[in-house]
Amino acid sequence: MKVVVCVKQVPDTKGGVKFKPDGTLDRAAMLAIMNPDDKAGLEAALRLKDEYGAEVTVVTMGLPKAEAVLREAYAMGADKGILVTDRVLGGADTWATSSTIAGALRNLEYDLVITGRQAIDGDTAQVGPQISEHLGIPVISYAEDLKIEGDSVIVKRQFEDRYHIVKAKMPCLVTALSELNEPRYMTPGGIFDAFEKEITVWGRADLKDVDDSNLGLKGSPTQIAKASDKVAKGAGTKYTPDSDEEGAQIIFDLLKEKHFI
Amino acid sequence: MSLEEYKGVFIFAQQVDNEITPVALELLGKAKELASSLETKEVTAVLVGYEVGGLVDRLARYGADRVIVVDDPALKDYRTEPYTQALVAVIKEFKPEILLVGATAIGRDLGPRVSSRIHTGLTADCTKLDIGDFPLTNPTKFNLLLMTRPAFGGNTIATIACPDFRPQMATVRPGVMQKITPIEGAKAEVINFDAGIVENDKYTQILEIVREKKSVADISAAKILVSGGRGVGSPENFKILEDLAEVIGGTVSCSRAVVDSGWKPKDLQVGQTGQTVRPQIYFAIGISGAIQHVAGMEESDLIIAINKDENAPIFDVADIGIVGDLNKVVPALTKKIAADLAAKKG
Repeated sequence: MKVVVCVKQVPDTKGGVKFKPDGTLDRAAMLAIMNPDDKAGLEAALRLKDEYGAEVTVVTMGLPKAEAVLREAYAMGADKGILVTDRVLGGADTWATSSTIAGALRNLEYDLVITGRQAIDGDTAQVGPQISEHLGIPVISYAEDLKIEGDSVIVKRQFEDRYHIVKAKMPCLVTALSELNEPRYMTPGGIFDAFEKEITVWGRADLKDVDDSNLGLKGSPTQIAKASDKVAKGAGTKYTPDSDEEGAQIIFDLLKEKHFI
Repeated sequence: MSLEEYKGVFIFAQQVDNEITPVALELLGKAKELASSLETKEVTAVLVGYEVGGLVDRLARYGADRVIVVDDPALKDYRTEPYTQALVAVIKEFKPEILLVGATAIGRDLGPRVSSRIHTGLTADCTKLDIGDFPLTNPTKFNLLLMTRPAFGGNTIATIACPDFRPQMATVRPGVMQKITPIEGAKAEVINFDAGIVENDKYTQILEIVREKKSVADISAAKILVSGGRGVGSPENFKILEDLAEVIGGTVSCSRAVVDSGWKPKDLQVGQTGQTVRPQIYFAIGISGAIQHVAGMEESDLIIAINKDENAPIFDVADIGIVGDLNKVVPALTKKIAADLAAKKG
């Protein structure tokens, strides 16, 4: 069985978002990590490796420094890492990104493709389903649980007020929620090996059956009209009252003033 | 493609179990407003499902001038492929200029699949939609859909256009757009459309549907939310929040940490992976204010935070912040409000 996992390198928000003095985001001050939903997807693939001996290939698209997430994937137990990087791929929206990744995946054999549901920087949740459309395979989004039965995958698919147990014939694409599992830690041996192992680097020329008109900024149907880092909302008034009674009084007076009570 | 052929604002009228999902009515409200500044004023709802014809009048009351119904047994419960076939066939036949889809667990799966099959752009999880020109300075394209969305946990915001492809597609965050006041007796033109749905190798099979029990409270509709975080300390201690909610006529909600600890069910969760809310008053009690939480509540009219950690990020978005012990401040506040109510009653 062959599983391909798509991962993205994103800025970490856990340690808090860092702002520059002018109130805009300070991306350079934030660590780069493997996107959490993608990591859950990788863990799901590694469990298929543990159980069925699946071969796990990890693909990422990004700047050359995105190699770091492939090293991390190696340290967790992935078999093969592919970095798709090329200047002509920059500025891609979700259509161009999914066209690019589909172009890379056409070079590979796979029974199952796993992506994270969404990345914490873009929050679109679009690239997974779009890859599946380009590849012409079924998609099951929002997977909370996943198992293999014969030539099919069975997924617990989350909705707002219910879940469906959905079965699809492989090859199939599944988008993973971080609720899917608790990703394993890297092992010391794995970390050591991770830096020995080779990473395959693919550029534009290595993408299969993709027209230039579907790549990068030029191949993106959506265009940014205006982008701004939202200046953090001006803080209101913070009180450190002498007594809890006084604290309650401050809120009470405000509610009165605004006619809520 | 000839862009001029594409006319009118369409919305995907999501239904589940033969019930219109609230966001579909919100989309109708927004679609009406957008259409008023376009040449074609007509608003069309696309209703996809099985034996759903009975829902047409409800869509008409909320602003649909026309309803295209795609009715097929294969569409009974949501599955990506037959729903994609239905929507794609409608787009090809009717050529909408704009297509809005709710950013629900269905819409965020269907939208990307449809937009890819059509080859057009899709902007995810929009919180603001306008008609305007592009680029913003020295525009060359006019009356486009300008789609504004937060990203990066709400810390960046971008306005996006789709100038050269049609339809211009967006998924829209539930709870943000406003429904219109229903027009009693309104009727819509109904078109029963055969979308030519055929089973293929992209079909999936639903083995089981499990409905999860819903809490009574709908936090996205609440005017006042009394929201608790990990700082509340225990599920039992939510009692003090419930007491406050009761005297002030509010509803209790919570942060993700509370759901992850199993103290409260997921449908009370505010934030990026929970619900977006914008009540008149939002009490953030023992909530530190991670950006994923703030993204779901920062549009609230009045934010009141109570936290013992004076450095908690929640104080950066609160209108009023009290550094103090929630176990004392909250009951004291409840008591004051209760006394005030009693005095009013005389």
